[in-house]
Amino acid sequence: MSSKSSKKKFNILEHELVPKHEVLTKEEAVELMKSLGIGPERLPWIRASDPVVKALGAKPGDIIKIVRKSPTAGESVAYRFVVSG
Amino acid sequence: MSEEKIIKAIKFGILSPELIRKMSVTAVVTPDVYDEDGLPVEGGVMDPRLGVIEPGQKCSTCGNTIASCPGHFGHLELVRPVIHVGFVRYIYDVLRATCRRCGRLKLPEDELNKYLDLLKRLEGRWPLLARGLTDYVKRKAMKVVECPHCGSRQFKIKLEKPTTFIEEGPEGPRRLWPTDVRSRLERVPNTDLRLLGHDPELSRPEWAVLTVLPIPAISVRPSILLETGVRSEDDLTHKLVDIIRTNERLRESINAGAPEVIIEDLWDLLQYHITTYFDNEAPGVPPAKHRSGRALRTLAQRLKGKEGRFRGNLSGKRVDFSARTVISPDPNLSINEVGVPEEIAKILTVPERVTPWNIDVIRRYVLNGPYKHPGANYVIDPTGRRIDLRYIRDLKAIAESLKPGYVVERHLVDGDIVLFNRQPSLHRMSIMAHVVRVLPGKTFRLHLAVCPPYNADFDGDEMNLHVPQSEEARAEARVLLLVQEHILSPRYGGPIIGGIQDYISGAYLLSSKTTLLSKEQVSDLIASSGYRGSIPEPAVLSPKVLWSGKQIISLLLPQDFNFRGKANISAGPLKCDDEECLWDSYVVIKRGKLLLGVLDKKTLGAQQPENILHWIAKEYGNSFCREFMDGIFKLSLRYIEMRGFTMMLTDVLLPNTAIKEINELLDNAKKKVFELIEMYRRGELEPVPGRTLEESLEIKIMEVLADVRDEAGEIAAKYLDPFNNVFIMARTGARGNILNITQMAAILGQQSVRGERIRRGYDHRTLPHFKPGDIGPEARGFVRSSFVSGLSPIEMFFHAAGGREGLVDTAVRTSQSGYMQRRLINALQDLRVNYDLTVRTPDNEVVQLIYGEDGVDPARSSYGKAVNVDRIIERVVGWRL
Ligand SMILES: [Mg+2]
Ligand SMILES: [Zn+2]
Ligand SMILES: [Zn+2]
Repeated sequence: MSSKSSKKKFNILEHELVPKHEVLTKEEAVELMKSLGIGPERLPWIRASDPVVKALGAKPGDIIKIVRKSPTAGESVAYRFVVSG
Repeated sequence: MSEEKIIKAIKFGILSPELIRKMSVTAVVTPDVYDEDGLPVEGGVMDPRLGVIEPGQKCSTCGNTIASCPGHFGHLELVRPVIHVGFVRYIYDVLRATCRRCGRLKLPEDELNKYLDLLKRLEGRWPLLARGLTDYVKRKAMKVVECPHCGSRQFKIKLEKPTTFIEEGPEGPRRLWPTDVRSRLERVPNTDLRLLGHDPELSRPEWAVLTVLPIPAISVRPSILLETGVRSEDDLTHKLVDIIRTNERLRESINAGAPEVIIEDLWDLLQYHITTYFDNEAPGVPPAKHRSGRALRTLAQRLKGKEGRFRGNLSGKRVDFSARTVISPDPNLSINEVGVPEEIAKILTVPERVTPWNIDVIRRYVLNGPYKHPGANYVIDPTGRRIDLRYIRDLKAIAESLKPGYVVERHLVDGDIVLFNRQPSLHRMSIMAHVVRVLPGKTFRLHLAVCPPYNADFDGDEMNLHVPQSEEARAEARVLLLVQEHILSPRYGGPIIGGIQDYISGAYLLSSKTTLLSKEQVSDLIASSGYRGSIPEPAVLSPKVLWSGKQIISLLLPQDFNFRGKANISAGPLKCDDEECLWDSYVVIKRGKLLLGVLDKKTLGAQQPENILHWIAKEYGNSFCREFMDGIFKLSLRYIEMRGFTMMLTDVLLPNTAIKEINELLDNAKKKVFELIEMYRRGELEPVPGRTLEESLEIKIMEVLADVRDEAGEIAAKYLDPFNNVFIMARTGARGNILNITQMAAILGQQSVRGERIRRGYDHRTLPHFKPGDIGPEARGFVRSSFVSGLSPIEMFFHAAGGREGLVDTAVRTSQSGYMQRRLINALQDLRVNYDLTVRTPDNEVVQLIYGEDGVDPARSSYGKAVNVDRIIERVVGWRL
């Protein structure tokens, strides 16, 4: 996360091929885990070194919500659990 | 009864020398196997204490007979230690990560403590991260060149495949013998091993250097008595004898004080034998061979590969209550049925429990005995005693002794449910449940409409049949696996079972406008379809009462069924896009009446989404759809039989004028090709962008030749009767296409290999019949003849060359896609769609939040979409829109 490289680069979150990513709040995360009946580690993982995680500023332990456009379902929602690495 | 135990976890480790000795019932000390009398030698590899060999004998170790003695391990004390091939990688890693003198992990003490602390926190909760940490620690320690604990210099260690370690010290490379390796490994403390990812309780690294070798029980490597009376030993036994013999020679040489070189050679030989004993395909080791030259099948070979223990005996096994034979077609069956030869029905059995309600029927089965068809093979009384009816003379007495509570294993009879399968089982429709019809003959019979899901034809295909043995299994088969439940495929939203070939030709002929039927014909057709209502009003009254084919088909349609859609014949000059159709190529069904259009592949065929079968299955249920298919297919076949349908030479024979026209076309094309070649020679050819001049010439020649074939095809189509039998089959989609007809009637065209004109063979020419450098059409695989006119030998050769490529392609593709399928299935087989529509692993890991993003079951979708709005509107508003 060097300031040198992040200064002039464009924001990947605004690229049209990158679906909408957002970090869940504590409350939202707890609610999601309750509705699925699992711990966060049971979600698919994403590394903290992933460009989109860095762009969001998410930390290990956070849950990221991804909303994609889907040809069959209109919108489809996925979650990723941020792990270190 | 002993207490039920549940396995919570399995841990793998390495056997320690102490454990090997403790497991052992005897030390093996001699390479001799049998004495002069042919009795096994005590202390040899066939020592009777290792388990019973002969039936009837009692085990001298555990006292059990051959059936219940599990066999017992022995052990061999190795004179010198030997590396275990299976663990060289681990040994190599530990050697490089630890100090050559003090054996500590080559990282400073404080760092070690830090990592150990971290590891303890990660273990259990984050096993994957723990793994990453130990890998990191290992890699970091390997790079250190001076031990932070004792300060001694470290040297590079090289592994020479398969089992030799070499240390490159300051005095040059020096071999590390297994004794050196073992003593280094012994020095590594337990805590340091944990950081390297080992569990020292279960696997100390020095145990990977063998000092004692377990000798497996005889039951693992039984000897076979050949007909000649010669005893033939198992490959493992051979290998063990080699190992013991070498071990003894090594011991003698050491005791006799032989020179070091000899001892080292023998030591290496012992290493070789033990390595090949574990894995006879280890890289860098010449495989141990039999006298015949066949490679020995040792431990790793028993586990590995398709016929190995895992894929051959655990993932897949041979089963009872199954049969396999050639398949043949039977259009008189229902699509739900399978014809089973009586011979097979008398061998496959169903256990049936005797009750007051079935006792009479079952008595009759028992009276018939095992050799007369609806009979029985076994009677099991309530105590569990099996009575084999083959050896009972008085069947009557047994039949009379039957009481409720007995179980009778009766023959397969009409109405039983069985599973039917054709390999390769690529999708779930490859195994479906069928209802049994016992028939004479020796083949399994099946309805032609189920050929597409099995991908079966009758050129010698064989299929397997399995008889479910429990009520649960039978219920599951009836409810979930029955053929009719698989009419709609999850592969694509549409029917995979449906009309093929003659069913399509027949439906077309019956439904075409010109078909008018007499009362006799109508009665015949209706009777064959199974329709049990009254005959409708005739369509024509005078001079004779006649019915149209569409009327007869309408009898089978549901009263409120509506459908509109294009027919397969709606193409070219017969194309229609709506009801205003002069060619009858637009199908309209209104309130169960077929008003317009002919039925063909698009409306009645298999693998055609959104056709009549699809909507009937979706809107009226699978059971009704099956009845409809049984009816309409029998109707089609009966009609095609009545009318007669064949294919003849005149169907593809062109008049002379047409042949002349085509010949002119070909002469022109040939001229054009030679012009192109001339232009190329003169250097005037315009190159295609991005291609060399030679490539451009080839492309242009191929273009000209492809065009001429298409034009010849059009001429042929112009002169042939579009209503002849061959054309009917091509247009309705029953079999073949226009290109096939072109190739039969007009011209075969350019043959190609790898998308190019054929050019390989001799120097600068394809065959010795041509001049070197000839690149004209004939010399490069252009076939001017048609199948009707016949091919010249040279043309026939080019055609075979092109055909061979297709065969090679399919062979390569099937093996590649088979392997891909295996990997996919191994990765996905345990995933499950839960009640909340999430897709999860057995560990409750969420893979998808909603199955397939939209929660749609593709088998219940229409062509992948959850709803087809047009169809709903059509159904609600009716046919008018
Ligand atoms: Mg075949
Ligand atoms: Zn025993
Ligand atoms: Zn040291």
